[in-house]
Amino acid sequence: MTELHVDWLELAILVPLLGGISVSFLRDAGEARKWTLIVTAITFFLTVGEYFDFQWVISGQSLASSLTKDADDPGHLLSWLFGREILVVDEISAPLLALGALLFFLTALATNRTKIRRFSFAWMLFAEAILLATFCCKEPWIVIGLLAAGTLRPFVELRARGRSTGVYAFHMAIYVTCLVIGQLLIDRENRIAGGITHAHTVWPLLFLLVAVLVRSGIAPFHCWVTDLFEHATFGTALLFVTPLTGAYAAIRLLLPISPDNSLHIMGILSLFTAVYAAGMSLVQVEGRRFFCYLFLSHSALVLVGLEMVTPVGLTGAFSLWLSLGLSLCGLGLTLRALEARRGRLALNNFQGLFEHSPALATSFVLTGLACVGFPGTLGFVGAELLVDGALEVYSPIVGATVVIAAALNGIAIMKVYFLMFTGTRYVSNISLKASRSEWLAILGVAGLLIAGGLAPQFNVEARFRASKTLLEYRRRHRLNDEAAVLFAIPKATAVADETTRQPDEAEALPPLQH
Amino acid sequence: MTFDQIYDLLGMIVVAAPALLVATLGLSSLVGRPLPERVIGRAVQFAIVTGLLASLAILALMLSHGERHVPVDVGQWVHFGESHHAEHPPEEHATSYHFAIKFVFDRLSVPLAILTFLLCGTIGAFANRYMHRERGFNRFFILYAIFVLGMIVTSLAGTIETLFAGWELVGLSSAFLVAFYQERPGPVRNGLHVWIVYRISDAALLIAAVIMHHYLRGHGDFDSLLGVDATHSWPYIESKVTADQAWSVGLLLLLAAAGKSALIPFSGWLPRAMEGPTPSSAVFYGALSVHLGAYLLLRVSPLLDTSNSLCVAVIALGLASSLFAVFSGRVQTDIKSTLSFASLAQVGIIVAEIGLAGLLNWQFLRYVALAHILGHACFRTLQFIRAPMVLADYAIMENAIGDRLPRGAGGIGSRSASVTQTWLYRLALEKGYLDSILSAFIVEPFLQVFRACDGWERRWTDFLSSGPSRESDKAKIAPAAVEELI
Repeated sequence: MTELHVDWLELAILVPLLGGISVSFLRDAGEARKWTLIVTAITFFLTVGEYFDFQWVISGQSLASSLTKDADDPGHLLSWLFGREILVVDEISAPLLALGALLFFLTALATNRTKIRRFSFAWMLFAEAILLATFCCKEPWIVIGLLAAGTLRPFVELRARGRSTGVYAFHMAIYVTCLVIGQLLIDRENRIAGGITHAHTVWPLLFLLVAVLVRSGIAPFHCWVTDLFEHATFGTALLFVTPLTGAYAAIRLLLPISPDNSLHIMGILSLFTAVYAAGMSLVQVEGRRFFCYLFLSHSALVLVGLEMVTPVGLTGAFSLWLSLGLSLCGLGLTLRALEARRGRLALNNFQGLFEHSPALATSFVLTGLACVGFPGTLGFVGAELLVDGALEVYSPIVGATVVIAAALNGIAIMKVYFLMFTGTRYVSNISLKASRSEWLAILGVAGLLIAGGLAPQFNVEARFRASKTLLEYRRRHRLNDEAAVLFAIPKATAVADETTRQPDEAEALPPLQH
Repeated sequence: MTFDQIYDLLGMIVVAAPALLVATLGLSSLVGRPLPERVIGRAVQFAIVTGLLASLAILALMLSHGERHVPVDVGQWVHFGESHHAEHPPEEHATSYHFAIKFVFDRLSVPLAILTFLLCGTIGAFANRYMHRERGFNRFFILYAIFVLGMIVTSLAGTIETLFAGWELVGLSSAFLVAFYQERPGPVRNGLHVWIVYRISDAALLIAAVIMHHYLRGHGDFDSLLGVDATHSWPYIESKVTADQAWSVGLLLLLAAAGKSALIPFSGWLPRAMEGPTPSSAVFYGALSVHLGAYLLLRVSPLLDTSNSLCVAVIALGLASSLFAVFSGRVQTDIKSTLSFASLAQVGIIVAEIGLAGLLNWQFLRYVALAHILGHACFRTLQFIRAPMVLADYAIMENAIGDRLPRGAGGIGSRSASVTQTWLYRLALEKGYLDSILSAFIVEPFLQVFRACDGWERRWTDFLSSGPSRESDKAKIAPAAVEELI
């Protein structure tokens, strides 16, 4: 275990947690927004510090040794409390913390005055603390606990707003139940195997797979996402989905122990979802639903990449994850800003808002194009890698399907752009211009998307290391794919693999998470 | 300084000039401080002249030293994995990736780059006055700059990925320029139509790019793929790709070219594109953009040599598009649409020439096609620029001869029965019903499927919610009419 130079992780979780408690006592919504902004900015700073500190810490190590190297805080407060290290980061999670914190900061920054009374800043900060803690954890049960805790905020909000919780609660109940049952079965098999690396049977993997599919909104488990966007505040829904927590659950709980063929099920469903959601985004007649399907299509593409478990496919998926997190958040915030001015956005009439809010129009185009991997934006290389990886692992048809999904998404984005911003001249007596804080958020997102697109090497190289890290985790489990064919193993028979296990190597490795 | 360094420097200037123009105009707008008209005009002038001079300098150096192929390797833009070499054995594919940026100056790319700078410079100067005090002056020139950058990158691309990046930039700027007069729904609908066709074209090109990168020789590098070496350069090169590989990739490239050059069945976008400002119509759809498909086919023409069936497909598509354009162009009622079909007729012939060169293995025909592109682009630009003056020109001529200008007579229509004549007239006026056929048999069924899925989802969420589940229904939504947009 490597140590960071500062207690970035504990601070990054404590700051929003304490901030949330403090903000919950504030009566004035304007004050709450101001303090939330400060807290999220500090948290973002801490996570950026964590990222660069991590890069610094591992920079002196060889690629092989740094692959599965975790880094923790030097303070060891939580290890003193729990008796072991809880908060750690590795190549996979290091940038996700910064991304998550950035999403919360941008959302707080772009929250308009008309929205602040309906939006709970205290809950937002609690949700940020939970999300960052999730990204800092690798221990399965703690991850599951945090993932479950993360589902509470939208539920509480839906109840508080008097909206129907049926769809959301139904899906989240399946999600949490499957996580818990899946992990219980994994633990049981591990006990039977006596701590020896072994291939798992179908049932725990199946439960975990369903959990990941539900949380990621993969068809046919995707309806809760559209429902959430229908009923919750835009900001809450946006912050619940854009960090792609479902993909994180897949990385920590499923991918390291799943044989390739079980992942192929995830890949096929994800690929179908990518095209299906892209097609659905074309026929939506309301802004939130359009965004929702756009998100579903893209998040499914990330899962397609993760499922490939090759360096190229995984690098593409990880790169796309970051770019999508940022670009979809930017796009969502743009739509949210438009909603703040126009109410729910109908998408079958021309609105002609360009003259009134050119900054929002520019933001819509930039973030929308970044989503679909337009050249010069952060998503370009990720999308290219994903298609390349799909061709390697599967066939040109699968690669073509990914391209078709991207093409449909591109058409949907431009269709909505033209509907929202052009086609007529909108007459308004009040200014619809982007506010200063919205403009700053837009500029920040645009800057990151373009800068990352023009100079992608640093990001892609780091994501390549992350992909190698994940593959290393899989290698350590020494899965025998032929022995662990999904639906082929009749009962929980742990396959001891002692013959291939190198004792000296096993001792040198950190303990496995499963 | 060696000649190689001079070539590199000049090559970088050629690409950097329009890139800096995009950065200057784009960043100033992004921070909410658009530049004044005069500054924009100067910036455009400077960028175009700089790029043009650098291109001419490269041409002069190449001619004086007898160079026929000058690669300018910018380096690996993105790379990871074990090997950095261009020729990877297949087993290395899964663990390494390389995205090289490389520009190539040869007998194909240099003329097109010079043509781009020349025409864009002319149109830039023209538009500076034409668009004076227009509400979207700054927006026009940002799109113009993106277009020029896209054209230059596409023209000089040495790898398929680089070409794809330029190709996308051209598509984006074109769609926005068609929808330039964005207060009216007509141009916007046309802009969206163009974008949809371009996305199909882009998708085909991207798939071809990835297949070339992955399965064929050279990881998408044109030189390796097409067999360019010290003694062989365009057009006298022989690809090592097999006929089967050429057929599959070639069809994708042909689809990409058809979308970009408005060949059948995508011809409907070209007259629609004329809704944009005259300068953009002139330089983009009449002169440069519409030739990009033909240029792509010329660039990969050694692939065509390996597959006769592919050549036949190219010839057939070119001739069919040309005949269609002549047929439809005869009944158009406005000058810009007439000119657009005239452009398409020529582009069809150019495409047929490229196919014929491959089929007969007559390399000189590729020069004919290239010369055809250059000549046609210049001629058509002149016609488009004069288009707003056509009535005045007619008046001058009629005043000079003291009578009406003689009207054309004859043709198939005049010799056929009146019912057939009417039918043919309607067929031509409706552009062969191509758009209607695409809409009725592809777009509409496609959307119907997803609308049905939307209905099923609604029933499912209503069931789980024990009541109506969609708040979005309360939004002021008129009956859906997405097809009208497409």
